[in-house]
Amino acid sequence: MNWLLNNYESIPFYLFTHLRLSILPIAIGFVLALPLGWLAWRFQVTRGLLLTLVGLLYTIPSLALFALLPPLLGLPYLSEANVEIALTIYAVALMARSAADAFGSVDPGVRQSAVAMGYGTWRRIWEVELPLAGPVLLAGLRVVAVSTVALVTVGVLVGVQSLGFYFTDGSQRQIPFEVFTGVVLTMLLALAIDGLLVLLGRALMPWARPSKRRPMNRWIRALGTGKVAEAVR
Amino acid sequence: MDLIGATLAWIAGFVGSGELWQRLGEHLTYTFGSVLIALVIAVPIGYLIGHTGKGRELAVGITGAARALPSFGLMLLLVSLVGVVQRPIAAYAAFVILAVPSILAGAYSGIQAIDKTTVDAARAIGMTEWQILWKVEAPLGLRLLVGGIRSATLQVVATVTLAAYINLGGLGYPLLQAIPLRRDEQAFGAAIIVIVLALLLDAAFGLIGVLLDRLIPTGAAPRRPRRPRAVPTRRARMVEAPTAS
Repeated sequence: MNWLLNNYESIPFYLFTHLRLSILPIAIGFVLALPLGWLAWRFQVTRGLLLTLVGLLYTIPSLALFALLPPLLGLPYLSEANVEIALTIYAVALMARSAADAFGSVDPGVRQSAVAMGYGTWRRIWEVELPLAGPVLLAGLRVVAVSTVALVTVGVLVGVQSLGFYFTDGSQRQIPFEVFTGVVLTMLLALAIDGLLVLLGRALMPWARPSKRRPMNRWIRALGTGKVAEAVR
Repeated sequence: MDLIGATLAWIAGFVGSGELWQRLGEHLTYTFGSVLIALVIAVPIGYLIGHTGKGRELAVGITGAARALPSFGLMLLLVSLVGVVQRPIAAYAAFVILAVPSILAGAYSGIQAIDKTTVDAARAIGMTEWQILWKVEAPLGLRLLVGGIRSATLQVVATVTLAAYINLGGLGYPLLQAIPLRRDEQAFGAAIIVIVLALLLDAAFGLIGVLLDRLIPTGAAPRRPRRPRAVPTRRARMVEAPTAS
């Protein structure tokens, strides 16, 4: 506790650095994964190829990727770009699979209706498939966000500061409470970003709320089962 | 390129001096040791949840929370709590904590994914609950359990790489040693060796999965004909999606 009283002033700096380092890979990973996921969903050939590739990419241990990228890309080890690119690779790897699942979750009947109504490919993807794939995309993005926030901490081993600083500093100075603070703050940051994504999802996709809250759904089901009287009650 | 030659030379030296086998031995001992302990803890609990259907929310919650847990921080926290002498035990505890959620999810989702009529049929022909568990649910759920063990193993392999930071050796040792010394060829070579190990383990589990597919009938509910590509259930996705490492 003494440590916290003496060091709380450093917390905002590491918290915001951590947040800054997390947001870019999450956002870029999401945008890059959408077309990849669509390709994986649409064509058998690309599906096998892409899903195998992203599976292999995600298998790579983070520290190894942090050490592998700088010589390949000509970056210095201490650069943030190194960690950002590595985390983006993980984000794309995780998200592409979710995106393929998400496009697969769109009802083929709805898709065919859009085609029948004369929607072109791009307009169909943009106005029909993407919104309907939204809930599954959001689920995938939440996983990506939470694991990215956790992975940022490993960057401290290649000299990129984040809340991971409290892990190494606390470990070297033998202050368990400092390490504990780092772990808790990392998890709280992940939780906060996760919560924001849920709120964002509710704002953008009001139709995707749980069906309990939509009385119309209950009515339609009731019509199907012939139990309208019970539903009205 | 200069780096490639230097890296190959470093790898040759690393293998030639026998250090590779020592570090690989340390790495695999930690990995398989902690995954085995996690199996002993997680499989019975997962089977209990899967068989009774109780406590599912708890398991889902644990798996979700585990994803947010920074593995490196957990390892350093446990090590700094117990002190220097007990370091290996603390590290093992951290690896086990990291491995349990994936295996738990694999164990219970494997059983949950079985078609309920299959289980009811087993009950109807007079099998006891134990027989149902061992002769029906455990074999049919094995495929997803192996998937869970695969995620757990890969996550632990990645985290053991970080154990060199607290002087516990493993293949992360030459890697972490190289970065502050700016020995690019050593960092590059060690990273390649770690990646090859992870890919080999992944491939081994892939092979086990293929074998299981041949040996065991699926027992899962038939796919709905309306949708050409079955979308994984939320639970199955949860097992597939690996946690951060």
